[in-house]
Amino acid sequence: MGLPNASGDLSTEVEVDAFRRLFPLRFFEKHLLESIRPDARPLGRARDTTIALGAVASANGSALAKIGSTTMLAAIKMEVMAPSIEIPDEGCIAIDFHMPPICSPIVRPGRPAEAAPVVAKQLSDTILSSGMINLKELSLVSGKAAWMAYLDIYCLDADGALFDAALLAAVAAFSHLEIPVVSLNDDGKIVLSEEQGLSDREPVNKEKRKVNLGSIPFSLTCILHKNYILADPTAEEESIMETSVTVVLDSSSQLVSLYKPGGAVLAYTSAIQDCIALTRQRVKELQKILEEAISGMEVD
Amino acid sequence: MEVDREDGRSQNQLRPLACSRNILHRAHGSASWSQGDTKVLAAVYGPKAGTKKNENPEKACIEVIWKPKTGQIGKLEKEYEMILKRTLQSICILTVNPNTTTSVIIQVVNDDGALLPSAINAACMALVDAGIPMRHLAVSICCCVARSGLVILDPTKLEEQNMKAFAYLVFPNSVHSVLPEGSLSVQGEPIENGIITSVTHGVMSVDDYFYCLERGRAASTKLSDFLRRNLQQQSTDSSKAG
Repeated sequence: MGLPNASGDLSTEVEVDAFRRLFPLRFFEKHLLESIRPDARPLGRARDTTIALGAVASANGSALAKIGSTTMLAAIKMEVMAPSIEIPDEGCIAIDFHMPPICSPIVRPGRPAEAAPVVAKQLSDTILSSGMINLKELSLVSGKAAWMAYLDIYCLDADGALFDAALLAAVAAFSHLEIPVVSLNDDGKIVLSEEQGLSDREPVNKEKRKVNLGSIPFSLTCILHKNYILADPTAEEESIMETSVTVVLDSSSQLVSLYKPGGAVLAYTSAIQDCIALTRQRVKELQKILEEAISGMEVD
Repeated sequence: MEVDREDGRSQNQLRPLACSRNILHRAHGSASWSQGDTKVLAAVYGPKAGTKKNENPEKACIEVIWKPKTGQIGKLEKEYEMILKRTLQSICILTVNPNTTTSVIIQVVNDDGALLPSAINAACMALVDAGIPMRHLAVSICCCVARSGLVILDPTKLEEQNMKAFAYLVFPNSVHSVLPEGSLSVQGEPIENGIITSVTHGVMSVDDYFYCLERGRAASTKLSDFLRRNLQQQSTDSSKAG
């Protein structure tokens, strides 16, 4: 490109933008040679992550998670329902992931995003198989009443690493969740107790309680391109270099999921080991961020 | 440590495989793949002109439609469609026929465990039958991790549900080459060790996963031999006229 000079500044800038649009792969490869990415991150570093708990006041548990520009809002509503006959002492969790048109220019009302049902299913599998929530805790009266938790995650801004941000928001929402107080009324039905305890009915559960979380899953998506491994891609990087590997580890370093849906680059053992090592580091970072967010809420 | 499997198989034993190509006459390519009781039918139509709206017109495009045996199409089917599409995109040479769409339709005939691997194998054979240019074949296997840490291959549906975790793995097929050994390897490992696709379910330790990869690679060599024999046999039969 030549050295920038004061008088030719504007034309050099326009050239760089045009180069980025016309030859995106070459633009990225020039950066990768210097072990850096266009947003000045080193290859193994994830974007700045923040969690805000209690974002939705009317929900029983909620959280807003941001990884770079990717923003996810998760909210949990609890409802009492009859448990299934086969498993009478367990509650149920229903997980849904939505990508409304606000999140990305390629999503329109008549054209739902292809990624939405796939991320929803992945989330559902990961949360249920990781054993974070013990469903027996969600039971109220064995055989008659149990809690059904509806977890809805809305993508507000889709800028890459959707699964990571969604999982983080879901986990944060569960850690903020408080199960409301209920009691049996005269018809034998479960109703929400009033706040002041004016009724003289015996509450089924004494006070609002938090759910006990088992080992919490955290994830990291990496992109493989030739010999490079890029952690936490943006949407631009994902669209140019299509091979991605998502590793989900829980707090006891067990592998909850290793997801590589095809892709032109084959993953050899060394690449997989590098991805798992990057994920281990990321798990520590995310655990710290989550603990800070939770303790921040408790101070209030 | 021995593990008792209901059908009496050993740890590393696959179920009987059966594959036949050219079974549907309207489709440009078709194959039926069965592993034990799991049976999947795959049909390929293409290449057809034009690509869909968001796809790159400089490359060929692959579209996958997954039809379950019963019930409505839900998130599971959409996920399988996406995994299959990305797996097939990585094995087909997309630059040969740009601005075309190849449709792959998968019909589940019976599901008795290892459904996604069977579908990937069936789709691959159907693409061969249709004559779509490919870099190499995709060979797919399912490995289960038992609670004791033992890895068993090709589980039935019951085994899949009772195990601690399972992994669907897809590798390229093994290469018989006249070139000297080692000239085709990448980073010191032969090409067939690279993972095209991996989908895991359930919690397992990282070492268990690497053990699954080893077993999966060994099994994929056996599957590659089966595919090679099957394709060489049927290629001597009369080819489909235009």
